[in-house]
Amino acid sequence: MYGQGILRGLRITLMHFFRTYLDDLRYGLRKFSSNENFAQRQGPQARGVFTVQYPDEKLAVPERFRFIPFLIVEDYDHPERPGHDWCTSCGICAKVCPPQCIWIVRETDPQTGRPKPEPEAFFIDIDICMNCGYCAEFCPFDAIKMDHDYEMASYDRTSHHIFDKEKLSKELRYWRTIAPTTAYEEMLARGGWEHSDVIKERKKEARNAQKVPRAERLAAQEEAGTAAANGADEAAAVAEPVAAEGTSEDPEQARREQKRAEMKARLAARRAAKKSN
Amino acid sequence: MTEVVAEAKGPEREENLNTAEAGYQSLKERFPDAVSDDAREGYSGILVDATHLPEVATAIRDELGYDYLSSATAVDHLGLEGECLEMVYHAYRTSGGPALVFKAQTDRSAAEIPSVTPVWPGADFQEREAWDLFGIQFPGHPNLKRILLWEGFDGHPLRKDWREPYYEEEHKPFDSRWPGGKVFRAEETNLFGKNVQYPDDFDLGQLADVSDEALYSGLGLGVNVEPLANGSSNGLQTDTIVVNMGPHHPSTHGVFRMVTELRGETIHSLEPVMGYLHRNHEKIGERNAWLHNMPFTDRLDYISSMGNNLGYALAVEQLMSRGARYKAPPYRAEVIRVLMAELTRIVNHLWAVGFLLNDLGAFFTPMLYANNTREKILDVFEAAAGSRLMCNYMRFGGVYKDIPERLRSVANLVNDKIRDLDFMQFLGELVRDAIPRAIDELDDLLTENEILRTRCEGVGILPAETAIAYSTAGPLLRASGVAYDVRRAEPYSIYPDLDFAVCTRPNGDIYDRYLIRIDEMRESVKILKQILPLLEQTAGQEIMPGGKPGAYMPRVPVGEAYGRVENPKGELGYYVVSAGDPKGPQNPWRYHIRATSFINLTVLGTLCQGHKVADVVTILGSIDIVLGEVDR
Repeated sequence: MYGQGILRGLRITLMHFFRTYLDDLRYGLRKFSSNENFAQRQGPQARGVFTVQYPDEKLAVPERFRFIPFLIVEDYDHPERPGHDWCTSCGICAKVCPPQCIWIVRETDPQTGRPKPEPEAFFIDIDICMNCGYCAEFCPFDAIKMDHDYEMASYDRTSHHIFDKEKLSKELRYWRTIAPTTAYEEMLARGGWEHSDVIKERKKEARNAQKVPRAERLAAQEEAGTAAANGADEAAAVAEPVAAEGTSEDPEQARREQKRAEMKARLAARRAAKKSN
Repeated sequence: MTEVVAEAKGPEREENLNTAEAGYQSLKERFPDAVSDDAREGYSGILVDATHLPEVATAIRDELGYDYLSSATAVDHLGLEGECLEMVYHAYRTSGGPALVFKAQTDRSAAEIPSVTPVWPGADFQEREAWDLFGIQFPGHPNLKRILLWEGFDGHPLRKDWREPYYEEEHKPFDSRWPGGKVFRAEETNLFGKNVQYPDDFDLGQLADVSDEALYSGLGLGVNVEPLANGSSNGLQTDTIVVNMGPHHPSTHGVFRMVTELRGETIHSLEPVMGYLHRNHEKIGERNAWLHNMPFTDRLDYISSMGNNLGYALAVEQLMSRGARYKAPPYRAEVIRVLMAELTRIVNHLWAVGFLLNDLGAFFTPMLYANNTREKILDVFEAAAGSRLMCNYMRFGGVYKDIPERLRSVANLVNDKIRDLDFMQFLGELVRDAIPRAIDELDDLLTENEILRTRCEGVGILPAETAIAYSTAGPLLRASGVAYDVRRAEPYSIYPDLDFAVCTRPNGDIYDRYLIRIDEMRESVKILKQILPLLEQTAGQEIMPGGKPGAYMPRVPVGEAYGRVENPKGELGYYVVSAGDPKGPQNPWRYHIRATSFINLTVLGTLCQGHKVADVVTILGSIDIVLGEVDR
């Protein structure tokens, strides 16, 4: 019969129309609140509306997601090297960068004139960056990682879009929050949560300590007390990741709370401004 | 064309493997003064004396049966042996088997090579591109104009001595980046911020776009009122009218322009105009190091970036395999590659079918139904590769990372909602359930729809002979009844071990081009179902040779290679040449893309003739182009 195909098609659109409201019946207003309902709606079996109400709800990005790179620095409350750069300015990221958006000034020792393993300046032109992730992939020190923050629109390209070292640097803690599994795997490969150079240095010290004659070793044992404590720290760190998610939730929660508060304040300010207008 | 189909699957394939050599031999016997072996290290095929090219080409097509000219491109050998410009042709048989490669050389100062367009009409756009970018004249070409750049452009940019406006250095990595990285913006180095160059004697005050005049002059623009041809007596006088569709037109899927000459509402002639998105991808590629190009390939056909990655990886691996320390990709890497390539095919076809319906006037409802499933496949890409569209997932020798255990997102921004799903379970449900369901639903919704059938059946018919002659590829070729699929004709990766059929449809109209996409999605699901157990069996195995990530500046031996894959839109080929100074910069000497979307458009003008304006939109939609790949 002519028109049968059209009718069959219309049945499908009608089914889609009804399915749109299925979630509403099933979840009610909770539809927008809990993560479980959200995962259900965005899972492989979901049948209804699949759109996400940005910015009231956002699809969080997976761990491997890549956006603009950032530089890892030691946590700002690190007991020994607070805020120390992990970057050794070896230049591999600048060389492997396909659009060549990374500029690095290598620091030199003012006395000897020899290069030091630290960047004096580090620039990324985020307009040029193509988010390929090569810098993070080929960095031998895990010092540059791809960020997950994609909300970085700005009003002025020329004054805001060349990121310097200050703007690029983020704590190791942040990386452990946004990519717990990857950070854990990298830690296993390095052998600890410290920078690989620090770990190497430690191992060297430990080896030297064994080589020292007995008398000296005894004398050094008091000193070694601190080193042992460090070692214990490290062991704890290795064991930690299983619990890492649990611990990392607190600062994350706090940060989110803070961001939410900021957002609220901003909204209130905007409303006030509107009223005064 | 049934014989061709039968031949493709017959036992002759074994025999075909040797025929390229036999073909070279017989050509050398037939044309002893015109044909010689290409004896350069790392090169293959034959050199044909340029003056004899038309005869040799005709013999290759008619006597040896190489009816399909896949790729025709130029290489500038400035500073290399010979210092010439060279055209490189890759011809295939639609019955399968390896390429017959032949080349013609010409002097750089007066570059001229006879056109092969009369032999293979599919060379039309490719020769225009070679003229545009290399400045080779092709006597015998029916319409030799610039194609990607505009008339009046200064120079031919792919010549090795041509430099772009913001030229920094011959090769990446640039010295200014490290260790003394003085940051600057390239556009600020030029006072006026212009990114075009003009000839020295060019008067900018006289600047006028001459390209339109050149274009219209061939179409008979201007008032030329004639009585109706059939001598109707009512005194009605008619004129043809030139209508531009695009560059900004929702039907063109991007910045693409069709200049149509209309008689009433019927297309008398149509010429595609392109290049609005041209960025000289190939020049960028030749400045880049080998690995740098991988993320750039994502930007070609951005709907199917995984497939683009795979083609480039295969081409460079072909070159690298001539090195002493080369190791082939591990089995698991191949499995993951095929998984991603087939998911890409489904993504692309869902997109293509959805947009075809948009072009037909079913505005966005089928499109969004199709996109629903596409989004979930993109979730898989995002979890594995880190990006939904610009995947950059393949590496020389394997893939970037193994597929993750969990499809887990982490809350970072305000209002972030997280998901934590088992990756293999998600993939399994997708392949076994969600994707087949979506395909069936599309099939139910559209296939029998009377409006769709009336609009599509018998419109834009492409006969098999024309399809082959014009070098069309992919669904466009197979919908015309030619069972030509690179996955079977010249298998790569693990495709020989997989069970799938090369779908064909007999009629070659828009309706068949729609149906073939539904068929191919079903075949892809069949492949994916075979891939899932392989993924589970190989879990934990290495994904790069030796389990180590590859070098960031890989060394690539001297020579040429042509790697091709069956991308969703058709045959995607990469012709790469390494000039190879082992201590010097590691960059491709030549990096050419046989862009399916671009070459498939060669036939557009012929296809549209005699149809109505509204059908042009649908015909273009059924070819399925992406302008990132057309314009490069």
